[in-house]
Amino acid sequence: MVKLKIDNHEVEVPAGTSILEAARKVQIDIPTLCKHPDVDPTAGCGICIVKVNGRILRSCCTPVGEGMEVITSDPEIVNVRRTVLELILSNHPNECLTCIRSGHCELQDLANTFGISNSRLPSLNKKYPLDDSTKSIVLDSSKCVVCGRCVEVCQNQQNVWALSYLNRGLATRITAAGGINLADSPCIKCGQCSAHCPTGAIVEYDETQKVWDMLNDPDIYTIVQIAPAVRVAIGEEFGYEFGENLTGKTYAALRRLGFNRIFDTNFGADLTIIEEASEFVERFKNNPESLPMMTSCCPAWVDLLEKYHHDMIPHFSTCKSPQSMVGALAKTYYAEKMAIDPAKIRVISIMPCTAKKWEIVRSEDMSSSGFQDVDVSLTTRELARMIKQAGISFRDLEAEDADSPLGEYSGAGTIFGTTGGVMTAALRTAYYYITGEELKDINFTEIEGLEGIKEAEIDIKGTKVRIAVAHGIGNVEEVLNRVREAKANGEEMPYHFIEVMACRGGCVAGGGQPRVMMPGQPKPRGITDDIRRKRAKGLLNEDLQAKNRLSHKNEAVKTLYDEYLGKAGSHKAHELLHTHYVPRSLYKK
Amino acid sequence: MSEGSVASQVAAKWRKKRGSLIMALHEIQDIKGYIPWDDAMEIAVGMNIPLARIYEVLTFYNFFKLEAPGKAVISVCTGTACYLKGNDKVLEEFKKELGIGEGESTADRMFHLQCVRCVGCCGLAPVCVVNGKTYGRVTPNDVRGILDEWRNKLADDKE
Repeated sequence: MVKLKIDNHEVEVPAGTSILEAARKVQIDIPTLCKHPDVDPTAGCGICIVKVNGRILRSCCTPVGEGMEVITSDPEIVNVRRTVLELILSNHPNECLTCIRSGHCELQDLANTFGISNSRLPSLNKKYPLDDSTKSIVLDSSKCVVCGRCVEVCQNQQNVWALSYLNRGLATRITAAGGINLADSPCIKCGQCSAHCPTGAIVEYDETQKVWDMLNDPDIYTIVQIAPAVRVAIGEEFGYEFGENLTGKTYAALRRLGFNRIFDTNFGADLTIIEEASEFVERFKNNPESLPMMTSCCPAWVDLLEKYHHDMIPHFSTCKSPQSMVGALAKTYYAEKMAIDPAKIRVISIMPCTAKKWEIVRSEDMSSSGFQDVDVSLTTRELARMIKQAGISFRDLEAEDADSPLGEYSGAGTIFGTTGGVMTAALRTAYYYITGEELKDINFTEIEGLEGIKEAEIDIKGTKVRIAVAHGIGNVEEVLNRVREAKANGEEMPYHFIEVMACRGGCVAGGGQPRVMMPGQPKPRGITDDIRRKRAKGLLNEDLQAKNRLSHKNEAVKTLYDEYLGKAGSHKAHELLHTHYVPRSLYKK
Repeated sequence: MSEGSVASQVAAKWRKKRGSLIMALHEIQDIKGYIPWDDAMEIAVGMNIPLARIYEVLTFYNFFKLEAPGKAVISVCTGTACYLKGNDKVLEEFKKELGIGEGESTADRMFHLQCVRCVGCCGLAPVCVVNGKTYGRVTPNDVRGILDEWRNKLADDKE
């Protein structure tokens, strides 16, 4: 432990702690634009400067020292910070009024905090063409402050290597390399760059207008579904605590917006479990060489697999994601049941995710109903924008229920939104399918939490089933390499079943989730592990309190099989609920 | 990736040595005069380095060229002596005559214009060098003559 004084307050922290982190222990929130708790400091912005024994240093990358005396704020420091901000602003467009990030922008917040009302410096800002090629995220290099968070996340955390620093000095730009756009780069659309961007340089591809147009068309029948992770994050946009589960209010808001039917992606999650657990049991019993089986509900992971890990394609579950299953059924099962012309139905999904926008057009399998199964996929942020535009007083809404028949869900369906949740849900049902009995303890606490790779073993009537859960897509390679090694050496597979989610913490921390600044929330105000845990808790608590916590006991799902699909893995189920994967090249030109 | 291509051979040579990306890129530029996209791609695949990292290096260092330079490389010395003797005006004249900026090539790939810092003959300042041929005490009025000389020379070489 190291003892030091920060603004005359004694602090004791472990060696190696940065001054910035140590200051938080004594309630001092040193302003910064580039440092984010998820990534190593890039020392890019120069706003977090402090005085250490009279010398001015950057607190994000200066470790504490024994007996150090640190001053975090005095008139000189404030002056330097203000000048640095002015320099940054001289290379930033004055477009706050028309910027999607306005109100939640860390640069705007700092400019306000430091009272920068006019700039003494001429603008050096260059206009670059927008890169909206992915139709999932939009990169506007003109608004980039080159803090480097997105590059750190893309290269080192996610190990995707789509974004890079090009050129140097004032000409430095963050973009896809080699003169290609993001759609032709290794980008998997996970949107973690946008989740970590302090400004409006990387944002979601906004499709709210498309949805307004659909809602406004009297000939169109609109069906909306919300993903598990949306319900525990949307509240942040309306002043609720992190992780507050607001399912009923969200349904009510959607109904007010004018959607004809409100369904829940959690229903799709339960259905996914029926298909996926059946697929697992089939592989486990009759086709053990196709193990380990890997989950396939995360579109960014699907994209990564198709681009980077062609040898693993046979291990991938053929199940579509819950979003796609609900879409396919809305335009077939539901349309037939209600005698609605599926050509007039539009399915809109609300997702915590930017990659879901890509998923709905991934391949022809995504049009299994004869139409595009899901027409528009909005992020949580876009839904919040619509609710605000409509003037709906979200906090005052009474909770409502979803509609039948694609609205009922179990606790297992709701935990799909957090790391470990899909695996937990699948094991509950797979155990029942293999043994004909219910698990005694259906909680798998060892695969909850934020450890990057989690492992567990469960005993299914004498057979040890080994599972792994990886989240934060950078962690997946190690898991795959363990499988490859075992394969190469002819050894027993290290795992039977692997769950992968591209974002750290799972969908609760997806690239489309709110980036709201809450009063009292320490800077930087983006996604942090604390927020990940709170949102996950919101889902796990719903599961704990649910009357039914098992996907195979979802009555609406049972009815669907009785009335329409037959049994799990039937021909019809395969047509509508399964997909296939093809190797694709990493770069296109 | 084509077997036996320059880039694939270079990649094979360096792939086992850590931190050798710059060496590999140097070799390609020595042979080709620049780093074509396809070659960068072959290095990416052959050395298992993300294209993003390769372009970070290529665009960080001035030395690397991403496009084929012109056949005649005009180096205008902007070292202290040449600069004081008015080579900035010579440089401006080259830019005007060729319609390109510093570090750029003409569309017909005839000329490439670059600045260098001192070529070691300050006594002749201001100095320009074109493909190894040195021109001393250059004035803006000489620029058109130098360009014509090289246009003729390159045309002759073609025949």
